[in-house]
Amino acid sequence: MLGKALTGGKKYWMWVILLGAVILAGFASYLLQLKFGLGITGMGRNVSWGLYISNFTFFVGVAASAVMVVLPYYLHNYKEFGKITVFGEFLAVSAVVMTILFIFVDLGQPARVLNIIRYPSPKSVLFWDMIVLNIYLLLNLVIGWQTLNAERKSEPQPAWIKPLVILSIPWAISIHTVTAFIYSGLSARPFWLTAILAPRFLASAFASGPAILILLCFIVKKFARFDAGREVIRKIAQIIAYAMVINIFLSLVEIFTVFYSNIPEHSLYVRLLLFGINGHLLLSPWMWVSVVLGWVSAILLVNPQTRKNDTILMATCIAIIISIWIEKGLGLVVSGFIPSPLGEITRYIPTTHEIAITAGIYGVGILVLTVLIKIAIAVKKEAES
Amino acid sequence: MDRRQFLKIAGFSIAGFILDPSLDIRPKGLFANTAKQKITSYIRKWGMAINLDACAKKPGCRACIDACNIVHNVPGLGSPKEEVKWIWKSPYPTVFPEHIHIINREEIKNLPVMVLCNHCDNPPCVKVCPTKATWKREDGIVMMDYHRCIGCRYCMAACPYGARSFNWFDPRLFLKTVYQDFPTRTKGVVEKCNFCEERLIRGLLPACVEVCKENALIFGDLAAIDSDVRKILKQRHSIVRKPHLGTEPKVFYIL
Ligand code: SF4
Ligand code: SF4
Repeated sequence: MLGKALTGGKKYWMWVILLGAVILAGFASYLLQLKFGLGITGMGRNVSWGLYISNFTFFVGVAASAVMVVLPYYLHNYKEFGKITVFGEFLAVSAVVMTILFIFVDLGQPARVLNIIRYPSPKSVLFWDMIVLNIYLLLNLVIGWQTLNAERKSEPQPAWIKPLVILSIPWAISIHTVTAFIYSGLSARPFWLTAILAPRFLASAFASGPAILILLCFIVKKFARFDAGREVIRKIAQIIAYAMVINIFLSLVEIFTVFYSNIPEHSLYVRLLLFGINGHLLLSPWMWVSVVLGWVSAILLVNPQTRKNDTILMATCIAIIISIWIEKGLGLVVSGFIPSPLGEITRYIPTTHEIAITAGIYGVGILVLTVLIKIAIAVKKEAES
Repeated sequence: MDRRQFLKIAGFSIAGFILDPSLDIRPKGLFANTAKQKITSYIRKWGMAINLDACAKKPGCRACIDACNIVHNVPGLGSPKEEVKWIWKSPYPTVFPEHIHIINREEIKNLPVMVLCNHCDNPPCVKVCPTKATWKREDGIVMMDYHRCIGCRYCMAACPYGARSFNWFDPRLFLKTVYQDFPTRTKGVVEKCNFCEERLIRGLLPACVEVCKENALIFGDLAAIDSDVRKILKQRHSIVRKPHLGTEPKVFYIL
């Protein structure tokens, strides 16, 4: 089936070449980082995780959200989703590939990455995250590929695939939960030290991931003439609406606890994040963009009239992705470090190299997705005719 | 045999060689060599007390910092963002946010306080490390293996005291002279204070303690009733940083 990725029109190849260029530029920056060290990024002693780990966190969510199309299809027998479960699975594959790359480029000694396996440390959440992510990648690759294969031969799926699919559902939840535990178990960072971090991660993931999936459906419809169908998109939009409302509710719950208890150690972070300090705004303009986009899109999604309008829906999906990307990345990872344990307020600004490397990884992810989706559509079209 | 066992046996063997030529390797601890210091338990627990008043007597003094930097090849980057710090000063209110109420002792308000790794008894940095590159020895010293660290910086996120530094650049480029008795580091690994374990094994005090003219730093075995550090902790009131987190620091501050 892989051969199907090698036949394509002019537009397809232009796209692949463009992605290739972005990847190369990112790779060049990575070589520099390898040579000079992580000092060429904007990170430092106080804010020691930045853009890479932010993106890692965001894309674990995107990967986990595949479950939102897999679950209704397999568990509730919602047949309409059958058309796109494979898209969800392949989106998960490309997202997991990106998360692994983001962790990798963040390492100070990448050549020693196998030390995680050579000296396994079950007490470290990072160890478990590595395990769940890799298995999840494998699960989705196998399931997605096998589903397509069956479709191509117009055969029913082999029996062994069903248990794997069932397993992939809790597994998706686990990858984002374990990722939340990386943060929420640290006594050193009061901002992260909250049990609702994992549920919040899941809620926002189940909004942002399906939003990407909807955009993907629109793109595929326009460029590959493959229509997932109105009904499917409407249903996913509903899922996003619920997830978004729960997400907002959970942030409000968090804000209540933080401000009502008014423990300085906890409230300081949220105060800084939302209002800045001494006139220094730090991340707060970003946060307000995220809050406003989040609220507006939730309202637009809950209202059936606006939800059913394709143009508005597309704009809302973009807004949700931006809103949650800011919330997860800047608002969660970076602000957990500000102030530092010794009260220092440090401004974090990613450098061009850091941004180029990040863009390069986006390039890899999008390329993987493009190739997989292209194959999927070719197979589906063949099977139809 | 894992590394910890190896170190223990190696440690004992070396001690055996030095202290007891007949090679009678009894579990006697590393320096149970003075008749005066009878150690009840052979497992030491190294700890430090920092006398704030003694330290305040010499404003601007940085003898301990310089001594530590030299004997450990700590690079001087001159940029606060990427700085590597083993022992350094920070204003009292930032070190003890939970003890600000005693600030009505005016002299304490702007007091610079020496801070370093606390060699916590219950160290969060050790728990999170995915490669066991940071681990706790039986004598309580929290160690770093510069050759195993992958540079994920999870330990930096987990240390509640900001005691860990990362080598954002090649540290060797920032060393004016190289102190031959201690390894230099590479870029991309984490480092921190090691309680001068390389000196302890030779029967020496930590460099910062040795160099301090005011005796502001008192070091010793917390498991030994008659050690200097135990004595001063018995006589004077002391506090530790962020006790509510349960990390059980072994650096105490005498008020
Ligand atoms: S002070 Fe920080 S680095 Fe030192 S042992 Fe405690 S947690 Fe680890
Ligand atoms: S940076 Fe090194 S010492 Fe710290 S947690 Fe990662 S591997 Fe362990």
